[in-house]
Amino acid sequence: MPRITVTVDGVRYEEEVEPRLLLVHLLRDRLGKTGTPVGCDTGNCGACTVMLDGRSAKSCSVLAVQADECDVVTIEGLGRAAELHPMQKAFHTEHALQCGYCTPGMIMAAIDLLRDDPDPSDEAIRAGLEGNLCRCTGYCNIVRAVRRGAREMSGEEVRTS
Amino acid sequence: MSGTETRRSSRGVGESAPRPDGTLKVTGEFAYSSDLYLADMIWGVTLRSPHPSAWIRSIDIGPALAMPGVFAVLTHEDVPGEKFYGLERRDQPVLAVDQVRYQGEPVALVAADHPERARRAARAVVVDYEVREAVTDPRRAAFDPDCPAVHGSGNVLRHQPVRVGLGPAALEAPVVVTGEYEVGMQDQAFLGPESGLAVPAEDGGVDLFVATQWLHVDRDQIAPCLGLPAEKVRLTLAGVGGAFGAREDLSMQVHACMLALRTGRPVKIVYGREESFFGHVHRHPARMRYEHGATRDGRLVYVRAEILLDGGAYCSTSPAVVGNAASLGVGPYVVPNVRVDAYGVYTNNPPCGAMRGFGAVQACFAYESQMDRLAAACGLDPVEIRVRNAVSQGSRLANGQVIDSPAPLADMLRELAAMPLPPEASGGLLDMPGGVSQATRGEGVRRGVGYGVGIKNICFSEGFDDYSTARVRVELLGGEPHVLVHTAAAEVGQGLVTVQEQIARTELGIERVTVAAADTAVGSAGSSSASRQSYVTGGAVRAACEAVRERLDALRAAGATLAEALERSGPVEETRVYRHRPTFPMDPVTGQGDSHTQLALCVHRAVVDVDTELGLVKVVELAAVQDVGRILNPVALEGQIHGGSAQGLGLALMEEVVVSDGRVRNPSFTDYLIPTVLDMPPMKVSILENPDPHAPYGLRGAGEPPTLSSTPAVAAAVRAATGLELPRVPIRPHDIALSG
Repeated sequence: MPRITVTVDGVRYEEEVEPRLLLVHLLRDRLGKTGTPVGCDTGNCGACTVMLDGRSAKSCSVLAVQADECDVVTIEGLGRAAELHPMQKAFHTEHALQCGYCTPGMIMAAIDLLRDDPDPSDEAIRAGLEGNLCRCTGYCNIVRAVRRGAREMSGEEVRTS
Repeated sequence: MSGTETRRSSRGVGESAPRPDGTLKVTGEFAYSSDLYLADMIWGVTLRSPHPSAWIRSIDIGPALAMPGVFAVLTHEDVPGEKFYGLERRDQPVLAVDQVRYQGEPVALVAADHPERARRAARAVVVDYEVREAVTDPRRAAFDPDCPAVHGSGNVLRHQPVRVGLGPAALEAPVVVTGEYEVGMQDQAFLGPESGLAVPAEDGGVDLFVATQWLHVDRDQIAPCLGLPAEKVRLTLAGVGGAFGAREDLSMQVHACMLALRTGRPVKIVYGREESFFGHVHRHPARMRYEHGATRDGRLVYVRAEILLDGGAYCSTSPAVVGNAASLGVGPYVVPNVRVDAYGVYTNNPPCGAMRGFGAVQACFAYESQMDRLAAACGLDPVEIRVRNAVSQGSRLANGQVIDSPAPLADMLRELAAMPLPPEASGGLLDMPGGVSQATRGEGVRRGVGYGVGIKNICFSEGFDDYSTARVRVELLGGEPHVLVHTAAAEVGQGLVTVQEQIARTELGIERVTVAAADTAVGSAGSSSASRQSYVTGGAVRAACEAVRERLDALRAAGATLAEALERSGPVEETRVYRHRPTFPMDPVTGQGDSHTQLALCVHRAVVDVDTELGLVKVVELAAVQDVGRILNPVALEGQIHGGSAQGLGLALMEEVVVSDGRVRNPSFTDYLIPTVLDMPPMKVSILENPDPHAPYGLRGAGEPPTLSSTPAVAAAVRAATGLELPRVPIRPHDIALSG
């Protein structure tokens, strides 16, 4: 069985994995990272989106062996209750979630889209989140939350630079 | 004598209080039913029928049982108690007994030490089927006496007529429009598939942690099947990844409990997306014939309608769905003469039951389509024809019931029509229908505007004993007063936990409130459906808080502070049951009866751009006006309206479980499309507060109405853009592009 080394939420793991094991199952079933849910099994819904070497990736569409030597950040590595990531805070504040099942992936996709466009228009936010489905909110509050998250993140950069 | 301090809480009723589960949901710590884990748990898998209709000659579990890692393989012979369950009729087998009636019907269960081993073992179970003719045409099922019966006694589950007026010449009018309409089978498509964990208990009972909408009615169906008394089947709500009606019926509940009791191990079952499409009921597909008669100036004289709802293989909630379709079948309009016949039928298609809007959605698409046809026939504006016929407080609905709370439909329509329209299309390629696929440069693109109106009954109807229970406890925690609210009401994402907290803060003037996990250790809260929980569980929490407050006031009579009084008295706890006004059955012949306790209105305007050559639709904007009586939480309410509108848009343009010959052709999110963020436009929402004097705080249930009216509004807008009749939703690209 292939042996991989992968860093997840800042912790380095060495794991023996079957070649066909999906990254999302490595995260959930081996490492207990259940904050990353599975919604569709077919790469459509984006609920399982994580950061793979800094870019968002649907972890149901990545094999664990492909994550060898990679740095993975899940929703659980993004922040903690006491110090939420600005995007987490924005989703909470703007009521951008109901059942919350899409939220981890949605937040990851939102952070990734800000990397390319730190001050996105509503249209750019919508284009950037197209791969993530939400069944509860009708997306209106999600777009608002990403706008707020973007503002707060740029503000933070100003303060720290 | 001053009461408990009722200082206004910034997180009380009427405020946009934050969700108590919000932090957990943005950090990934919230435990959905699919996340549950016990060290010694094993995995359950369901073997399902590939055939929509067949006899089962034999089942050989031997090969599966012999496989490594397999703990148990069960069939109907292993069901410890009753072999059948169901919400309205116990007609659905826990596991198929000698025959299967729909594709995907559970036939056998496997428990193994790994889900993949369990799946492999399930494939090794040998089932010998004798395939027979499947009944798949609901019209034939309803009206052809030679059609085979899906169950023993006829295929009509319920026929509910409505008869109003109908004196001589009642069905004659100067302007008559007719139409035949169809609504496809919609899936709730919640994002978190069915799952749960059953843990065998030392007392011979079982503890089940599950994502559901109604803990007590789950328990009341599970316990008899397990041959256990109700008190030995304890349910706790696990995190729910959306519901929308699909979790009102049982899915894996009995199965997981059976496997756990048989193996003595905790058993977890998690459906994948494909299995989820087979694991829950869908929205009833409908075929409807309507005839509207009106005066030349557009005032309704009569409505005739036949509404045929395909209930599929098992009853589920079909009779109640038929009741809604019948009683609300002409919409929120004043109609002197009504002749409606609504039918629900058994077929070998997938079972249908609850989905947001529950029978009112299908009829709404048809009667609103008719109103537009009538407007055209009378030369009137679509808004004007609706205003002329709109109900208001004091109007009589088709079931004879007088609307006894505000229903300002005409005003809502006028406000909606006065909202500014969105600007013309920018001409940018990404703004075109088809978006990034750049299917057009603007040639063939037409804009259309359409309106839709919907009326939905709130809470359970037709005499159902509809109640909720709340236990409220005030005590000192760390020297400070604290409120614990305990109900069995299912938080499915709608924000009910927030509302319970808000009510407790407002009623008791205490900021620190915790809502306990929902479970069966407290009385039933009824279902998180029919837009009813703010009303009924909200009412129960308020009543329990009032009872606690009375006791606290008495304890503080001597002028002590609340903390001092609680120090002396210890915890103060009260439990209350809240019922809404009684409702009454519909007369089986005339459909008359005060069958609803509350009615809610929503109106939508849709603006669309249609690529008429390729049949692609871009919804540019949705605008809505809804009267909610009293706003409990503005931001949460807006979220409900946005989300409900999106599901209505989905039904109008893309969502359909495609069934042919009884087989589902698209059980995946690759082929069953729900709106993405690019499909769902920004919304303008106006919320009115005309209180219902009969309801707690004057509130009116809000979750479902927007799902009704957005569908006909979008369809009307596409018709306006294309000039096509489009009598069916979802409107598919080929319905537009190949119409010529």
